Amino acid sequence: MAVLILGVGNILLSDEGVGCRTVEELEQRYQFPEAVRLLDGGTAGMELIGAISEADHLILIDALAAGRPPGTVVRVEGEDVPATFQTRISPHQLGISDVLAAATITGDLPASMVLFGIEPESMATGLALSAVVRAGLEKIIKAVVEELTGLGLPPLDLVDTVDGVDVVD
Amino acid sequence: MSERIVIDPITRIEGHLRIECEVNQGKVVKAWSSGTMWRGIELILKDRDPREAWIYTQRICGVCTTVHAIASVRAVENALGLEIPLNAQHIRNMIIAAHGIFDHIVHFYHLSALDWVDLVSALKADPRATAALGQKLSGWQHNSYEEIKAAQEKLQALIDSGQLGIYGSGYWGHPAMKLSPEVNLLAATHYLQALEYQRSINKVVAILGSKTPHIQNLAVGGVANPINPNSQSTLTMERLFYIKTLIDEIGAFIHEVYMQDVAAVGAFYADWTAIGAGVTSYLAVPDMPMNTAGTTFDLPGGYIPDGDISKFQEIKSFQDTFFRDGVKEGIKHSYYDGDWTKHPWEEETAPKFTGFQEDGKYSWVKSPTFNGKPAQVGPLANVLCMYAAGHEPTRKYVTAVLNTVSSLAGSKVGVPALHSTIGRHAARAIRCALLHDTLGRQWQLLVDNIGRGDYATFNPPTFPKGEQRGFGFHEAPRGNLSHWVVIADGRIKNYQCVVPSTWNAGPRNGDDAMGPYEASLVGTPIADPQKPLEVLRTIHSFDPCLACAVHLVDGRRQEISRVKVL
Repeated sequence: MAVLILGVGNILLSDEGVGCRTVEELEQRYQFPEAVRLLDGGTAGMELIGAISEADHLILIDALAAGRPPGTVVRVEGEDVPATFQTRISPHQLGISDVLAAATITGDLPASMVLFGIEPESMATGLALSAVVRAGLEKIIKAVVEELTGLGLPPLDLVDTVDGVDVVD
Repeated sequence: MSERIVIDPITRIEGHLRIECEVNQGKVVKAWSSGTMWRGIELILKDRDPREAWIYTQRICGVCTTVHAIASVRAVENALGLEIPLNAQHIRNMIIAAHGIFDHIVHFYHLSALDWVDLVSALKADPRATAALGQKLSGWQHNSYEEIKAAQEKLQALIDSGQLGIYGSGYWGHPAMKLSPEVNLLAATHYLQALEYQRSINKVVAILGSKTPHIQNLAVGGVANPINPNSQSTLTMERLFYIKTLIDEIGAFIHEVYMQDVAAVGAFYADWTAIGAGVTSYLAVPDMPMNTAGTTFDLPGGYIPDGDISKFQEIKSFQDTFFRDGVKEGIKHSYYDGDWTKHPWEEETAPKFTGFQEDGKYSWVKSPTFNGKPAQVGPLANVLCMYAAGHEPTRKYVTAVLNTVSSLAGSKVGVPALHSTIGRHAARAIRCALLHDTLGRQWQLLVDNIGRGDYATFNPPTFPKGEQRGFGFHEAPRGNLSHWVVIADGRIKNYQCVVPSTWNAGPRNGDDAMGPYEASLVGTPIADPQKPLEVLRTIHSFDPCLACAVHLVDGRRQEISRVKVL
């Protein structure tokens, strides 16, 4: 089973980039099985259709402004994922909703989809995440690892302890 | 009695755009184009290392990542007077060309065709008659009865499943939809095929750029693609020949499908060759540099004032002072503090939001001018400038497309018809064919140069003390893009991006002259003010991309069902 972990968002707008930042963190901390691909999609749209259509299972990570307390992480599943992007609460929903629509038509939509959304605190110009979203990012990382483990594709922790020594890639 | 139409946001574009029109007796009499997000890249880049600016600028927009990266390294190289190796020019040019082809195909089929093509009507078509029509238009091998019938069944299944909602803005059955069911079905079939082809050409960008959507191989001074014909880890002949296969594959789609479909839409909507001209001063920059200094180009560019091709003035090099001194931006009607018109090097970015005031400030987009006047940019400007420059391949494709339109329409359609909404689509298809030609040529030049034993791809930059000013331009898919940088003691002091959608979507300027979107809408007929399809047709014909013209403020708050809070 091919899994795509796709983080989307704009890193120039602080918390808006949390999806991309999560992918960066995952890449630094873990080694993934060959069937798992990580992609920082930025705010791209149709350019992502190749990667999405090659996946059987899609894990999307994105900022989701829905009026919850900042840093709240939500999980959305299956058909509700494209629906979420159509209700226009992700600030760059146009790209993702276009690409999911196109994949629906061509029959290339991954068989299963999960979205981890995180409520942003700040979308001001700037490269840093807010502290509360930074904390939420840790929750997503944990959830993604659990998700992959459940699929029988657990990632290997790169910051592992061997004989009491930290081995860092 | 006049009536107001507000479309906010315009959908099927990247970014947020609000269009307001005053309609009187079935025609638009006044229009306002308003970008509703603010961009702050200038603030992020201040005091940073100029060598890394391109990494941030390619994050401005999800559609135009590559183009902002290219313009940025060119601007810094220009400030330093740094030439780059020939291989680096060719590799960059191939990335630019492949990206442009991808972008134009996606725009026509996936972002704008549904303004002209009625998917519901396509269900009524006879697949056999559709195949016959397709075979009359071109020798495309995938216009067979079987493939067209399969596409129709796919469409039927989509409509039966109630998922047509993914085209929330489709105006099925609108009185301005005029194609026969067969033409609609042919276009819908090609819509599906285009999804495959755009994926394959995007692989060229991914291979050369190491990654897509954000390329990794650029550097101020060249590219980071090591070339060694004997090493598997570098750009090998094997990879280059795979790229050649991808280039060859897409050629038939561009010539036998895209250009024919555009001609058919143009012929069946011939009335739209007289609608939507707007601003007819055109600005396009030359691109595809053929030498290390950027003083000769494969595709020419320049300026046409007031639609008069005989007054064309060429832009000749990356150092061109006619271009450098002609560009200004004004903020009289934009949400920034004050009322000035300045050269990009002299600008400051001080936002001041006032809310929409139709005679005052009403947009986050600034108003660019060239030699004091608004200018239209984009593939139409590009093609008209190349035509004016006497570029033979451009003349050949323009003539071919106009001949096809004339024969389908049964009347002579000439070059003046290009100054229109439909002309922008035709020009985009022509430009796509020209990009494909140059992509093949750049590939050959790269292979030949490597064959001569030249493996150089990078000249290291050095930053002297004191201040340097530079500008870098690129003829991007949506028109000319320029980045302007002021460097002081090796750090960025000022950075401005004058982007295509700023040229086209800009509000009234310091002299209250309308921007290209606004001017193009005046006079447009509106059949039903509740369903302003005609406004969307003209705005979409520019291929709007507001994400970089401005950037974001607002996230909508709306509850969705079935979410689980972790």
